[in-house]
Amino acid sequence: MASNFVLEFEKPIVELENKIREMRNLPNITDLEPQIQELESHIEALRINIYASLTRWQRVQIARHPDRPYTLDYLNFTFTDFVELHGDRGFRDDPAIVGGIAKLNGKSVMVIGHQKGRDTKSNVYRNFGMPNPEGYRKAKRLMLLAEKFHIPIICLLDTPGAFPGIEAEERGQAQAIADNLLVMSGLKVPIIICIIGEGASGGALGIGIGNRILMLENSWYSVIAPESCSSILWRSWDFKEQAAEALKLTAPDLKEHGIIDRIIPEPIGGAHRVPLQIFETLRDVLTEELDQLQHIESRLLVKQRRDKFANMGVWTE
Amino acid sequence: MSWFLRSKKNIEHSQQIDMPDGLFVKCPSCSEMIYRKQFEEQLFTCTKCDHHFRITSKEYIDILFDEGSFVETEISITSSDPLKFVDTKPYIDRLKDAYKRSDANDALTVGYGNIDGKPISFACMNFGFVGGSMGSVVGEKFYRAAKLAIKQNMPFVVIATSGGARMQEAALSLMQMAKTSAILSELAEHHLPYISIVTDPTTGGVSASFAMLGDIIMAEPKALIGFAGPRVVEQTIRKKLPEGFQRSEFLLEHGFLDMIVHRKNLHDTLSHVLSTLMEYRVQ
Ligand SMILES: [Zn+2]
Repeated sequence: MASNFVLEFEKPIVELENKIREMRNLPNITDLEPQIQELESHIEALRINIYASLTRWQRVQIARHPDRPYTLDYLNFTFTDFVELHGDRGFRDDPAIVGGIAKLNGKSVMVIGHQKGRDTKSNVYRNFGMPNPEGYRKAKRLMLLAEKFHIPIICLLDTPGAFPGIEAEERGQAQAIADNLLVMSGLKVPIIICIIGEGASGGALGIGIGNRILMLENSWYSVIAPESCSSILWRSWDFKEQAAEALKLTAPDLKEHGIIDRIIPEPIGGAHRVPLQIFETLRDVLTEELDQLQHIESRLLVKQRRDKFANMGVWTE
Repeated sequence: MSWFLRSKKNIEHSQQIDMPDGLFVKCPSCSEMIYRKQFEEQLFTCTKCDHHFRITSKEYIDILFDEGSFVETEISITSSDPLKFVDTKPYIDRLKDAYKRSDANDALTVGYGNIDGKPISFACMNFGFVGGSMGSVVGEKFYRAAKLAIKQNMPFVVIATSGGARMQEAALSLMQMAKTSAILSELAEHHLPYISIVTDPTTGGVSASFAMLGDIIMAEPKALIGFAGPRVVEQTIRKKLPEGFQRSEFLLEHGFLDMIVHRKNLHDTLSHVLSTLMEYRVQ
């Protein structure tokens, strides 16, 4: 999964790592071993330091890291026995949203998530993880299927937004998203949402109504992407850092405002650095959350979900 | 009750958006100079081309409700600034400006009243207040108006016009899409009609939530309705947009509206639809 992609703020780490690599290529490597060890511990300290004080914009960059695990990676490693189900039964299969039945620690679940591509070709195929209306309609179909057979639903959110194209508008992008919000509000099975990367606006929320909302430590979730926010409010693309700060779009921000329930810690350096670790962490967390929800009667599950969203918002009265 | 009788009432208009003073009003669409008295009788539409001027909740209440029957509720809920949001200007200052320029106390006015003697819970957006954007206050007022409909067994009628979610409340605004849709799913379980009337313009978070969820969805002619704004779509596809793209007629053709209703027929159409949907309902 590894590319050679380096984030600006990670450059000091990469420079030191390159230095170690050079040293290891030298002839008298044994003499240098103490120095290398010292450098390595220095790198580790530096990484901990950098990751302990990330700005909001830096977190957005980690959420978009090209090596970051995507929905299908979790389906292959966090879950087992995944069988993909395709199509909205109306227009076409949207590869920007994937879904199907799978097992979580032996228990059957319906998993639905946004799917980005890893390279140009797969990104064109996946439309960069930007769904069209038929993607949301496929998701709805799978959720109703899950409800019919009392199967719990898990949604993994990772999208730069719903696709703003002519055909998407013709086929009712707004209606497709709205309908999912309505339908998900009334489903009689447990729904767990986890934001695994980018949670951009209605395109993310369109599969985002749940009893529990979890968020990976370095993912983001807001009403708009920082760049677009910058272009609208500052009338320039140059204020994305300020926009990210103003939007308060990180997991700790959203936890503070009661929008999410739980932050899932990532390995230092981001989920992509030790993918196997995040796959396991998510399996443990989802299992634990699902165990709690499965004891709740379906009528109460619906009520709890509706009340949860009814309580969101801050005003003066 | 026919529209020309209703229009004899002195409909006082407020929060002027594109409605200058003077004896004549110029139509921005066909440049016709419309005699003001006639313009008001036509419920703020152009006498020549039927262009629908943007009006506020106050005018819609006058157009739709039996005289003197409407009671506005939830007037004491106002926006706070939970994120201390600052862009080129603090959000708190934008709100102050909005209060000054508009006589509405947020982008949504709610209440209840009678349409041809039948009680209705009602919510109407005000485009003049921060672009009709949906933040926590809009979500909460909408929620309470829907709750009132459930409690009193009334239909719920909403007039939408909005630029989308209010960016200055970020994720909290986004969640209002969920909050409004969730209460509509509860309303639906009570078999109470929810009628959405979409007006110019309705985009973003409002179109992708309650505006598109009506049991019956009506729109005024030529209203801009879409998920993404036309400028964003144009930037994405790098092509000029086709004529009439994202207008009411386009949505009707593609199957996303039940009907397009001229403002002068709105009252009668709504009244007819509501009485039909409520006719066989077991109380
Ligand atoms: Zn005209």
